[in-house]
Amino acid sequence: METLAAENLWKYYGDFPALREVSFSISGGVCLALLGRNGAGKTTLLRLLAGLARPAKGRVTILGRPPREAAARARLGVLGHGIAVYDELSAIENLTLFGRLYGLAEARRAALEWLERIGLAHVRDSLVREFSRGMRQRLALARALLHDPDVLVLDEPFTALDDRAIAVIQALLGEARAAGRTVVMSTHQLREALELATHIALLVRGRLVHFGERTAQMVADPGWLYRHYGEA
Amino acid sequence: MRFLRQSLTVAAKDLRSELRSKEALNASLAFALVILLLFSFAFDPTAETTREISGGLLWLVFAFAGTLILNRSFARELANDCLDALVASPVPPAAIFLGKALANLVLLVAVELVSLPVFGVFYNVRWTPHFVPLLGVLLLATWGLAVIGTMFSALTVNLRLRELMLPVLVYPMIIPALMAAMQLTTVLLAGEPVWGENWLWVRLLVAFNVIFTALALALVETVLLG
Amino acid sequence: MRDAVRRTIVYAMTALGAVWLARNLYVILLALPDEVAQGAIYRIFFFHLPAWFTCFTAFFAAGVASTLYLIRRSPGYDAFAVAAVEVGVAFTLIGLVTGMVWARIIWGIWWTWDPRLTWAFITLLVYLGYLMLRRAIDEATERAKNSAVLCIFAFTSVVITYKAIDWWRTQHPGPVLSFRTGGGTIDPAMESMLFQNWFALLLVASALVLIRMRQERIEREVDALRRRAHAL
Repeated sequence: METLAAENLWKYYGDFPALREVSFSISGGVCLALLGRNGAGKTTLLRLLAGLARPAKGRVTILGRPPREAAARARLGVLGHGIAVYDELSAIENLTLFGRLYGLAEARRAALEWLERIGLAHVRDSLVREFSRGMRQRLALARALLHDPDVLVLDEPFTALDDRAIAVIQALLGEARAAGRTVVMSTHQLREALELATHIALLVRGRLVHFGERTAQMVADPGWLYRHYGEA
Repeated sequence: MRFLRQSLTVAAKDLRSELRSKEALNASLAFALVILLLFSFAFDPTAETTREISGGLLWLVFAFAGTLILNRSFARELANDCLDALVASPVPPAAIFLGKALANLVLLVAVELVSLPVFGVFYNVRWTPHFVPLLGVLLLATWGLAVIGTMFSALTVNLRLRELMLPVLVYPMIIPALMAAMQLTTVLLAGEPVWGENWLWVRLLVAFNVIFTALALALVETVLLG
Repeated sequence: MRDAVRRTIVYAMTALGAVWLARNLYVILLALPDEVAQGAIYRIFFFHLPAWFTCFTAFFAAGVASTLYLIRRSPGYDAFAVAAVEVGVAFTLIGLVTGMVWARIIWGIWWTWDPRLTWAFITLLVYLGYLMLRRAIDEATERAKNSAVLCIFAFTSVVITYKAIDWWRTQHPGPVLSFRTGGGTIDPAMESMLFQNWFALLLVASALVLIRMRQERIEREVDALRRRAHAL
């Protein structure tokens, strides 16, 4: 069964179409890297996939359901531009809160486990306000994965990260892929993304001009796809 | 019921955040005390006439000081894009709204309960014999204020001029609730009962709360989802 | 073709409305007799009361249009809503000014806390808030959606406030702006003129709404063109 499908998505800002006729579908174990210039519509598309916005036309289905249904959202993990954790709460409080919001039976225990996994157990009672950027990013990733989602939607997860954080994210995403999860991520960091991706999509001015499996040529020459579509 | 439990989780989160920094709470309380002081220059606190407008004065103080708290409501979610994470979670937007409105109710009533004794002292008004019905009026009217304020906080969350727009939008709309609260408070402080001809104000408050809570719960999802 | 038809309709409505108003003015100022208690000034009532009727109709229509917008998401409903609110605000101002002039002549004071005047002032503030909100949101779809929600709240509030003020004034009575002839019933000629003027004003109001709607549509087109230019 396809885990994530977009059917004929359109999104308007006033009369201006930010997304046109975007359609694709992916199944479990797929890691889709969404490429495109700034303003191509990547963030808009990801927000539609995550159920944070409504399309003007068309629809999104996650595990066969609309993304606004609670059952679908419980299986979805989202990581956007902002880290989406509260500065004024501690690491453990943040993760416990989101655990509860996602209906986890033992939210605090899951939170503690994840803090161990991302190496933040020793600062679990410190306020997020005091963390470094890399620590915040790791905590954000834990928040997104806490409830063991089947589908992950990530908006530029590698942007402005230190090496340790990048390594952690790559490891976690690799694990998720191996476990059959579905990942969609937009990125400018072609190299890191192409290592993890199984499929590549390219958005040009709101249209999906390329969608297919990752080829050896793409890995060898990351800029090839952009040049091929006249975007370089 | 899960909806209620989710709302309470959100409410607890808001309260914990606020109580940790106490920024909005302190500002609101300070503002309330300053207004009480300023009113004492505008109106002679010892005069009999002031006793007659006491209900009105008190609710003006609550309304003005309240916007400082209401503004924070959705604005506190903006840092780090936390609002996106809340909306993306399985919690229905209506539950997010209800939780925030409940947290606002607690914070607003806290400010009111501190202002009330100060008011009693400054204006020589005896409120202790009527505390229970007064508390009832406080809760009813403050819920109306919280519902409208929280809803419009959601509506204005992404605007530059949010702090300016919220009072401009909220005040005209809560006039019926303020009217009722002022009337009931004045009546209670004068030692009269709320039965009889003043009961219609209680009915107005209840109707106001029911209508606007229902409207807010129905429409908040539209506002929060782009 | 459609544009030409629309323009003809607008011109026809404006012309008809203007002629009718002119004729009404003639009747009001010259043909109707003086009122028993108030003398000549009562004639302003023929604009004062219909202005209220028109503004209330406009706000009601805006509320309906806003609800329809939220259901259908078609920009035409949003254009109607803002046009109806702006016209409603204009007529509320007319009602307020005519009321103030009337009060000044009859009681020598510019303002009385007459229930209708008070309600009008509150209503004015509510819808000025609506117009301010619209100005504060740059993006057209977001603006339409959020102002539609506010419009529904606004109309609900306006209805509740009307009732509340009515009750307040029964407990705290004050001067009321109105008129009755002789034994308390209204002269049929005056009553008919009241409704005639109302319909004439409605015609003018409708023409204004149509003109304003066209303006909205053009603004949307310009905005879309601008976004497209930036995307290139």
